[in-house]
Amino acid sequence: MSNLITIFIAAAFINNFVFYRFLGICPFLGVSRHIKSALSMGAAVTFVMVISGVSTWLIQNHLLDRFGLPFLQYPAFILVIASLVQLIEMYLKRYHSDIYKTFGIYLPLITTNCAILGLALLNSILKYNFTESFVYSIGAGSGFTLALIIMAGIREKLEIAPVPKPFRNIPIALIIAGLLALAFSGFTSLRFG
Amino acid sequence: MFQPTKDFLKGLWKQNPAFRLILGMCPTLAVTNMAVNGLAMGLATLFVLVASGIIISIIKGLIPSKVRIPCYIVIIASFVTLADYFLAAFYTDIHKVLGLYIPLIVVNCIILGRMEAFASKNPLLNSIADAFGMGLGFTWALVLLGSVRELLGFGTLFGATLLGSWYPGMLVMKLPTGAFITLGLMIALMNIINEKVRSTAQ
Repeated sequence: MSNLITIFIAAAFINNFVFYRFLGICPFLGVSRHIKSALSMGAAVTFVMVISGVSTWLIQNHLLDRFGLPFLQYPAFILVIASLVQLIEMYLKRYHSDIYKTFGIYLPLITTNCAILGLALLNSILKYNFTESFVYSIGAGSGFTLALIIMAGIREKLEIAPVPKPFRNIPIALIIAGLLALAFSGFTSLRFG
Repeated sequence: MFQPTKDFLKGLWKQNPAFRLILGMCPTLAVTNMAVNGLAMGLATLFVLVASGIIISIIKGLIPSKVRIPCYIVIIASFVTLADYFLAAFYTDIHKVLGLYIPLIVVNCIILGRMEAFASKNPLLNSIADAFGMGLGFTWALVLLGSVRELLGFGTLFGATLLGSWYPGMLVMKLPTGAFITLGLMIALMNIINEKVRSTAQ
């Protein structure tokens, strides 16, 4: 149990996907203008991460490893992720149109979000078992959502700040992300047990 | 100007993927702690861009438009696997350092973006020129970023010591923070240069 808690904390804070592994930077810069959209995007990413993390684990362990097809890993993973996202989108549109309205527009963007494929590959690199992969996916998604919300909170304030013209928009967002990454690197010294 | 030349040149500066289009941020930030890593990542991306650009430009008439994105992704993923195995076989050290970020070329938005916006609509020669321009533009951006971070972080450039042993090295440049801040400053600098060029042209 404590092992699972460690995995969760490590994924969410110490090795935060945005600030430590640089995964999911594009949505991080693109969608983090308002807290509300940041929250929807974060929820969508976490949801897809958990489902695709679990299904790519099954594919890796019960298909690719069993039949000795390691070289098909990347095409297989990305196809599974792309079709999963498509399925989720169709399902939400048909049965949960209210949820679809809040984060439906972010779903197509998620296919090319490197955090999703990154998570699937990390599960296989770190050799996690099924439960560990599941917890790691939730942790990674929460960490991503946290990063997005912090950033959105700062950028909402930034809109009324007198930023020098060449720094407007992306450059200042990157510099703020750098300072946040510095803060997050403080978690590195976190020890357990 | 000859159209393919124009397609080639725009990727180098005017539509530089890393500095102007803000695409492919994950590898840009993640592997640029050393110049040589940036170079390797840039060249791997260049290879995948050109190879999949050629294939997609040739078979663009055969792919039904509804399933084009999955088709593109599978083509890209195959070339990424090729690049991955090539690096693992011949450049083991670099392959180890780049690690996770090589397979992530599959979801690099530059590649899918260029396939969707350019290679699927233009003839072969133009697509190749565009892919080379974008790939080289991405490569020089990564090498520049990597050089600045390596010089400030380790006092070396491509592994050769430039600043002597007196230089303690800035730890922050080796950390993720250094990546974010250096890239932010570079994009700002590029904005300033472009603004200067525009005002002198008028």
